[in-house]
Amino acid sequence: MSNDPTPVREPLSANLEPDMHPPTRREFLKRFGTGLMVWAVFGPATGAQESEAARPATVRPRQTNDFNSFLHIDENGHVTCFTGKIEMGQGIITSLPQMLAEDLDVPIDDVEIVMGDTALCPFDGGTFGSMSTRSFGLLFRAAATEARGVLMELAAAALQVPVAQLTTQQGAVVDANDPSRKIAYGQLTKGKKIERHLTVKPSLKAPEQFKIIGKPMLRRDSRDKVTGRAKFSGDLRLPGMLYARVLRAPAHGAVLKNVDTSAAQQIEGIIVVRKADLVAVLHVLPDVAEEAIEKIHAEFEPSASRLDDKTIYEHLEQSKLQPKVAAHGGDIEAGRALAVRRYDQTYHNPYVAHAAMETHAALANVEKDKATIWASTQTPFPAREEIARTLGLPISSVRVITPFLGGGFGGKGFNLQAVEAARLSKETGRPVQVMWTREEEFFNDTFRPAAVVKIQSGLDGAGRIAFWDYEVLFAGDRGAAQLYDLPHHRTSVVGTFQGPPGIHPFSVGAWRAPGSSTNAFARESHIDQLASMAGADPIEFRLGQLKDPRLIRVLKAAAEHWAWKPGKGPSGRGLGVACGSDAGSYVAAIAEVEVDAKEGKIAVKRVLCAQEMGLVINPAGAKIQMEGCITMGMGYALTEEIHFKNGALQDTNFDTYALPRFSWLPKIETVILEADHTPPQGGGEPAIIVMGAVLANALYDATGIRMLELPMTPARVKAALAAKA
Amino acid sequence: MSDTVSLRLNDQPVRIQVAPDRTLLWVLRTDLGLTGTKYGCGIVQCGACTVLVDNRAVRSCSVDMKSVDGKDVTTIEGLAKGGKLHPLQEAFIAHDALQCGFCTPGMVLTAYDFLQKHPNPKREEVIAGMNDNLCRCGAHTRIVDAILAAASVMKGGTAS
Repeated sequence: MSNDPTPVREPLSANLEPDMHPPTRREFLKRFGTGLMVWAVFGPATGAQESEAARPATVRPRQTNDFNSFLHIDENGHVTCFTGKIEMGQGIITSLPQMLAEDLDVPIDDVEIVMGDTALCPFDGGTFGSMSTRSFGLLFRAAATEARGVLMELAAAALQVPVAQLTTQQGAVVDANDPSRKIAYGQLTKGKKIERHLTVKPSLKAPEQFKIIGKPMLRRDSRDKVTGRAKFSGDLRLPGMLYARVLRAPAHGAVLKNVDTSAAQQIEGIIVVRKADLVAVLHVLPDVAEEAIEKIHAEFEPSASRLDDKTIYEHLEQSKLQPKVAAHGGDIEAGRALAVRRYDQTYHNPYVAHAAMETHAALANVEKDKATIWASTQTPFPAREEIARTLGLPISSVRVITPFLGGGFGGKGFNLQAVEAARLSKETGRPVQVMWTREEEFFNDTFRPAAVVKIQSGLDGAGRIAFWDYEVLFAGDRGAAQLYDLPHHRTSVVGTFQGPPGIHPFSVGAWRAPGSSTNAFARESHIDQLASMAGADPIEFRLGQLKDPRLIRVLKAAAEHWAWKPGKGPSGRGLGVACGSDAGSYVAAIAEVEVDAKEGKIAVKRVLCAQEMGLVINPAGAKIQMEGCITMGMGYALTEEIHFKNGALQDTNFDTYALPRFSWLPKIETVILEADHTPPQGGGEPAIIVMGAVLANALYDATGIRMLELPMTPARVKAALAAKA
Repeated sequence: MSDTVSLRLNDQPVRIQVAPDRTLLWVLRTDLGLTGTKYGCGIVQCGACTVLVDNRAVRSCSVDMKSVDGKDVTTIEGLAKGGKLHPLQEAFIAHDALQCGFCTPGMVLTAYDFLQKHPNPKREEVIAGMNDNLCRCGAHTRIVDAILAAASVMKGGTAS
């Protein structure tokens, strides 16, 4: 072991000499000198589209994209791909190179990936919405296919054989008629400077030709992560750096009246920064900065907010915002008239925290006319813009580098900690690290919004759904539209998952599959109750009113793998069903619970999840994501909620905010349905959306109590059981 | 007020001038440059800061420097010996028992302590032994599998 400070992590390609400009094609060309370079842009040429709807408005690019994806092969045959996407655990550090290696025909170990560095990577709006594989991966595949075509042409000249007679394998072009005649990619590009810009959609390999895509691969970053070598933003050190602690208000909406920092200033080596909106203490040791912040005496005007976690729903329902109709079909009033039995219900979801294990962290080094910031961010390019604006520097003078993220889940798209670090570095003239405490992490979180869903519905004389009138308030429209084949339906949406500003007492934002888990909880709980009213098995009831073949397929697959025996709920068996669609994928889950009626505790015994997500790049990675969704999803279903009053949070650490634990673990089964000819869809989010409903439905099946509010805490379950008795 | 604290850290003798009431976690991460030990909650709730003190898992966020004077401290950086990974590290890799990897050092070292006490564990015992460590990505089932596989290797069996 060494007493030297840990060196700052080198950019993955240390041989590059990044300047501070946003990379343009010309600069990339200058930088690389020789080799083969392929550029790709989202659009018709590649068939890849980045969904505007999926991304928050704040991170939409404000500049024209010269290119989005970039691939370089050097004269040793070494392949480097560059992406503005980041790795936060979701595994694209493995799956993106896997896609590229497939279409380029190189060993995956020869592919290096550089991620989330604004000086080295093309512009990217951010890593969210399960877009990386489904949209961005296509660009990598297209660039690789184009590169392979160029290499074949070069080899045809070198080997004096027609292209049609050539094939590629393991980083070399081979004469199919005489496999001893081959030439390595590196030899072909040696001393040459070849640039290609994709204009025509290349014909990608067909699934039947895959050697690497679709094969399970272990994560490529595990070795560094089990040895402590992997660097997260808070692990980086620079000579002379200071650690900062920022003064926080006791409540959202509380305004600083006056502050006395004299006691903190008594501590040797403490530097105090006081700006109107930013009071911080800094020291060469983080624990001394922590000690100093506690010695600051600050007085705040109390928050004007009078809301709490009980009154919030009434507040949301009283908003004067007009609903917008997001989807409709048939004639809702005609449907209403056909109903012989009505079932109307209102569902409530609380604020839920992201609670990534890594708190927000950033290290900023602001010099006279440039700034470098290492940040745990899902949006390095938007962070760069915000920091440049704050510091008054041109965007081209700011570089944001993204080390590994210790979890994101949508919570690291806003970059307050990076802005704080940059401002404090500018003020002190030294490198500054900001790493939030867990309490700050809760306080500054952009929570999954509290939301209300109101559903009016009815069954016709044949026990089918006659009409479906759905209104979601403040969760957003993702996953709200009708999945079932219903004659008369309407989906209305009030607000979005981001607000509008002012409606919530604190910040809200994207939380893994934003809106979708709230919408799926309401819809699938409601459908389940209608099935019960109709006296039908919940799976048969759903299948009877579905036309979408992909949804039918996952539901049937789940039933088959579970060995489902039809029964009318509540059957006492404790079995629940839920299904849904998210990020272009389809998902169905079945769960079994046991209920401790005395304690009100729900024990989840078994969860099976079937998912169809198009072409699967790395089945091992996809399975892990599904397991992660199931486990994480038990949290919002059973325990997770933010308690608050008058702008102050009552849950600020893991002593009261209960995450899923090992002891909760059910038997988890995942079923991935083959769909190799459907383009890859999202894999990191869909399975989480069904967890609220599948457990609520299992609880109903076990006990006959219908929970309309998440989470289903022991206190709520006990109260519901008592009310039923 | 500074004191000299002497300890063995990852098999090396270390003498450090440090205020004796400073927290082991922060001294490791800053003064000693060992950032594999993570801050997750600061109140002994998550286990990300777990290190071994005299071969027992300890939450370094709750331990001061004077209490490790004369002790043997192992961090995640010191678990592999002579470039050879510990069977637990190998098993975490082989089972993909991590996603973001932030809780991983604490998971591995907690499991190390657990396996000393339970060399032949049942699945339920692993679950109970790991229950006070938090993982947000949901790698739990794989972590349990990895620990069971490592236990088998450490007894001289083969990984499954």
